Amino acid sequence: MDWSWEVAFEVLPQLARGLIVTVEATFVGAFIAYILGLIIAIIRMSNSKTLGISIYWIAEFIRRTPLLVQLYFLFYVLPDFGIFLSPFIAGVVGLGLHFSTYTSEVFRAGIENVSKSQWEAAKSLNYNKIQTWRNVILPQAIPPMIPPLANYLITMFKETPLLAAITVVELFRAADQYSNSHYKYLEPMTLVGLFFLLVSIPSAYAALKLEKKFKPRNL
Amino acid sequence: MIEILEYYPILITGTITTIKLTIMSAILALVISFIVGLARISKYLSVRIIATIYLEFFRGSSAIVQMFFIFYVLPLLGIYFDALTSGIIACGFNLGSYGSEVVRGAILAIGKEQHEAALALNYNTYKRFRYVIIPQAIPIMIPTFSNLLIELLKLTAVASLITISDLTYMAQIIRVQTALTLEPFLVILVIYFIISSILLIIPDYFAKKFSKGRNTMLAGQN
Repeated sequence: MDWSWEVAFEVLPQLARGLIVTVEATFVGAFIAYILGLIIAIIRMSNSKTLGISIYWIAEFIRRTPLLVQLYFLFYVLPDFGIFLSPFIAGVVGLGLHFSTYTSEVFRAGIENVSKSQWEAAKSLNYNKIQTWRNVILPQAIPPMIPPLANYLITMFKETPLLAAITVVELFRAADQYSNSHYKYLEPMTLVGLFFLLVSIPSAYAALKLEKKFKPRNL
Repeated sequence: MIEILEYYPILITGTITTIKLTIMSAILALVISFIVGLARISKYLSVRIIATIYLEFFRGSSAIVQMFFIFYVLPLLGIYFDALTSGIIACGFNLGSYGSEVVRGAILAIGKEQHEAALALNYNTYKRFRYVIIPQAIPIMIPTFSNLLIELLKLTAVASLITISDLTYMAQIIRVQTALTLEPFLVILVIYFIISSILLIIPDYFAKKFSKGRNTMLAGQN
């Protein structure tokens, strides 16, 4: 079977629409993953031991099981309990939930890496809790977190084709739909692969730049 | 809940397929990790370029797309693989690209004095890496490899989409046949959790084995 530019150009608009959905899913999923990850990290560092341990094991359970099965769970099981999510919402919630267990580690490590003396310094300046976090801890904790969080954004982008399994028409499913109705498999799937490379390789280098920029100074 | 017990034979078959797929692709990924990881620090520019292209290609495009490409597109170009082989190749090649960075990083972490010591012993390049550098680099690699093994197990679930009858595929069969939703997915989530928890123990064993009698500072990094 030979490559046909005609087919390639015909499928391109559908792929472009799919790519938009993919990018949307990535960013919404990442947003959920960051917020949820921060909440998990804060609960795990809180004083309540039982709460911390239960959150730890829930997060481990999510982390050690496949995202695809979790997506099926959200998509097929929740409606039985009266919760109806659209495929896109189920997809981004699954994506966000799965990767929040990864981002929570980034947040936790970032906050714990701020040395104890900084907390003591804030105390000696008579800062209250909000001032301590706002002016002392977060400004030091956030920069080292940025590169790993950016890397997870790229990882999530590469995981979005899983959303196709629960009928979200993103880049991958757009190509699959075209293939199945036109019996052309070579061009759409190759283009999808190319799209992924075109987005993720430059982003990976950008993330590497961020890593160099935010290299911890006092180590 | 009782109903799902009747389906235990296919769940067992599915578990075995998942484990088989994981182990075979893990071996493939490990071999690729070392070949590509070492090629990336080769003194020959052409070798480094080829290894980098491999790395960027398999790390940059999505594993799911690679799997579909191997299973559905390559046959059109005259290259045939059955579903299981496609799954193993896709999982192995994909994780191999991540693993190669682990190998490279660990080897670069070994100090210059170790290379010099090997030179002083008149070791050639092969001997230097085989007896001096790599044995010290392995304990550094193990914790990250351990995480990659879990990622690999999770990736095998995607193979259900190219008709491999693994756990996820079996859960879908049970769902379609019985209209049960909660039970099949909950059961396989627990099975996946058990498998990955076991997989996390194995690298610990190797970590202990490889760091036995070695520089305690290196062993301490585990």
